[in-house]
Amino acid sequence: MVLKIFFPQCCNKADSGLLVGRWIPGQNSAVVLAVIHYPFIPGQVKQYIQQVESSGVDLTVLGSWSMPKEGQEGMESFLRDLSTIFPQGQWLQLSREMGKIGFRCHVLTRDQSKSPSDKVIFIHYEQRKVMLSQLHPIENGVPDPQTESQLPQVFGTVCQSEPLFFLDKYDDSPVKLTHWQSEGREGSIIVELMKQASTPVCLLTTWILTLWTSLCSSRILNVRPMRFISSKLSTCVQLSYRTEHLQTVSSPTRATTHNHFMRKANIFVSFFVDVSLGLLLVSWMYRENRIGKLANTLVPAADHIAKELEELLQWLMGAPAGLKMNRALDQVLGRFFLYHIHLWISYIHLMSPFVEMILWYVGLSACLGLTFALSLLSDITALLTFHIYCFYVYGARLYCMTVYGLSSLWRLFRGKKWNVLRQRVDSCSYDLDQLFIGTLLFTILLFLLPTTALYYLVFTLLRLVVVMFQGVVHLSVDFINSFPLFSMGLRLFRSYRLAEGVKFRVLCEEPGTPLHLMMDINPLKVSRVVQTYRTPTYSCYPKDSWLALCKKLFLGELIYPWRYKTTKID
Amino acid sequence: MQNGDQHYSMEDETYTDIDGKAISLECQSHSGFCREFTVSSAKVSIGRVMVYTCAVWLSAYIVFFITENTAVLSSAIIITLVGMMVHIHFVKVDHETLLIIGSLGVQVSSSYASGRESTDFIEMDKIKDIVINEAIHMQTVIYYLCILLKDPSDPEAVSSVVPLFQGKRLIK
Repeated sequence: MVLKIFFPQCCNKADSGLLVGRWIPGQNSAVVLAVIHYPFIPGQVKQYIQQVESSGVDLTVLGSWSMPKEGQEGMESFLRDLSTIFPQGQWLQLSREMGKIGFRCHVLTRDQSKSPSDKVIFIHYEQRKVMLSQLHPIENGVPDPQTESQLPQVFGTVCQSEPLFFLDKYDDSPVKLTHWQSEGREGSIIVELMKQASTPVCLLTTWILTLWTSLCSSRILNVRPMRFISSKLSTCVQLSYRTEHLQTVSSPTRATTHNHFMRKANIFVSFFVDVSLGLLLVSWMYRENRIGKLANTLVPAADHIAKELEELLQWLMGAPAGLKMNRALDQVLGRFFLYHIHLWISYIHLMSPFVEMILWYVGLSACLGLTFALSLLSDITALLTFHIYCFYVYGARLYCMTVYGLSSLWRLFRGKKWNVLRQRVDSCSYDLDQLFIGTLLFTILLFLLPTTALYYLVFTLLRLVVVMFQGVVHLSVDFINSFPLFSMGLRLFRSYRLAEGVKFRVLCEEPGTPLHLMMDINPLKVSRVVQTYRTPTYSCYPKDSWLALCKKLFLGELIYPWRYKTTKID
Repeated sequence: MQNGDQHYSMEDETYTDIDGKAISLECQSHSGFCREFTVSSAKVSIGRVMVYTCAVWLSAYIVFFITENTAVLSSAIIITLVGMMVHIHFVKVDHETLLIIGSLGVQVSSSYASGRESTDFIEMDKIKDIVINEAIHMQTVIYYLCILLKDPSDPEAVSSVVPLFQGKRLIK
C-alpha cells in the first residue's frame, strides 16, 4: 500500500528536528502533529512525550525532519543516529532543500530496508482548520478504530491532541515545538469575558426558572378547566416551550458533545434574536399610541364581521345562488344563527371599554419575543372568531346527523341493516309499518338535505379561512423557533467549522519528489446544515392526509386540521 | 514537461454529448498512482445570449406598446438578469474533473460557468467498484460511468450508485 503522510502546513518552514505524531492503524498513514527542534536532549524529549501521553494524547516519534541551513553541518549524521535512540517500527526521514518546493522521504523499517520514495504521498493540511472543524455525519458513541475510515481518524487525531498545542515558543521548557499555536496561543478577550460572566448568569436564570416552574405546577393553576384552556391557547404552549429551552441553555454544566453544544448555541442565539425583534416591535407599537389605535379598530372590526355574517344569513334565507331552499327549515336555521350573532355583538359591546386596557397590558408580553406576539395574534383571532367556530360546529353536527340518518334509512329502503356486531351490512326483513315510517323519514331528510348542506358548506368555508390564517401564523412561529441561526452563521462566516468532507488539490511538484496534495475542508451544504441542526419543536403539522380530510368534510365530521406534536424529551 | 506530469488531450477524436454539443476530454497523470480526467464543454456563446435577450425585450416592448404599462419593461429586465445569473451559477457546467488517487479515494468535482465549484470526495474504503452502467433515456440507451458504494452494514451489498460526469454524457 502507498504510504500517506499528513503534514501540517505550519511546519513547512520549521527547523530541523524530530517529527512527532501518530500512526493510523490499518491504513498505512501517519499524521504529523508537531516538530521538536534541535537542539534537544533525547531524555527530556522522552519525558515530555510521556507527560503528554498521560493527559490522553496518543503520541509517538515518527521520524526526523531536516531543513538544512548554514552552520548546521553535523545535522545529517545526528538525525540519522536518532533512529537508534527512538526505536520505532517505521522511521521516516523527511528532508527539504532550500529553494526547492518538494520534500523527499526515506522510510527505514526495523530490518533496515529502504523503500523507494515513489510510494509515498504527502498530504498537506491546515492544522488550525482541521483542529476546529467537525466532520459530518456525526457518529454517536465511540467508533471502533478498526472499522473507522481514514478521514475521521485523521480529524480525530488532530482534535484530541489539544494538550500538545498548549506549549508555545514563549514558554520556558526544555523542548521547543512547532505547531499551529507555537507563535502564541490563540484566544479572544470577548470569549473569555463571556465565559467568566456565564456562570453567575446561568445560576441566576436557573433559580428564576425553578421559581417559575414551581409556580406553574402549583395547585391553583392545575385545575382541569385551566389546564384545558392553557393547552388550547398557543401563547401558553409557546411559554412552556420557551421555559424548557431556557432550562437547557442555562444548565451550568458545559456541553460535552458537539451536538449538545450546537443545540445550546442555536437556542441561545434564536432566543436572543426573538427577544430583540419582540422589543423592537413593542417599541414601534407603543410609540404614537399605535396600540390604542389598534384597540379602537378591534370593536368596529368585530361589528363589521357580524354585519357581514348577518347579510350572508339573509342571503341564505332568500334564494341563494338561485337555489330553492326549504322555506321553513331555512327560516328556523337563519333566525337561530341571527340570534347568536346578536348575542355575540352584545358581549363585544359590553367588553369594549376594557379592550384598550387589556390589549395594552397583554401587548407588553410581546417583550418576551416575536413568537409571543405572533401567538397572541393567533389567539386573539381565535377568540374574535369564536362565533364562526360555533356556527361551524352547529352546521357540521346538523349535517352529520342528516347524512347519518340518510345512510341508515337508505339501507332500510333497500331492505338491509348495519350489523354492529359483525361490522357489516346484513339483510333484514322489516315490518310494513317500519318500512312505511322509514320511507317517510327518508324522503323528508332527502328533501331537507340541500338546505342543511348549504349551511354546512358556507360555515365550513368560513371556518377553513380562519384555520388557514392561524396555520400560517403557527408555521411562522415554528420557523422562528426551529431555525438554527448559530449554525447558519457558522456556515457562512467560519465555513471550515462544519465539514462535509475534504477536497484535494494537486500541488505542482518537481521531478523525483513524491506526490504532494493539499487537503482543504469541504464545507457542509446549507440544506444539510438546516436539516442536521434544526431544533425539534412542537411543530404543528397536518393531522390527516388530503384524502382523509376530504372524507371527513364530506361526512360532516368535525375537523381540527392542525395538531401539536408533544415536545421530545432528550 | 518540466513538472513530470503527462498531459494528453484527445485532439484527433471529437466527442459529443447526448444533446449533440461538442465536448473535450483531457487526461493528466500526476504520478504513478494519481490521475486526473477533465471533461469540458463549450463555453456560453455570446451570440445565443444576445438572441435570447433581444427576443425577450422585443416581446416586452410589444406588450408595453399594447398595454402602456412600464412595469412590463422593468419586469422584463429583472427577469432577464435573474435568469442569466441563475443559469450561469446553477445550470451551466463548465468542466467536470475526476481525480483518482491510489489508496486514498476518488474526487469528483464540477465547476460552473460563474466559477462555483462543487466537490465530492469518496474514500477508497467506501468504494466497491467503478462500472459502466446503462440506462434508458427517452428512446435511447445511454452508457454512463458510475461508482458503486458499499453499504455500511453489509459489506457485500451496494448502498448507492454515484453517476459521474452528471453535466454531460459522452456518446462517442
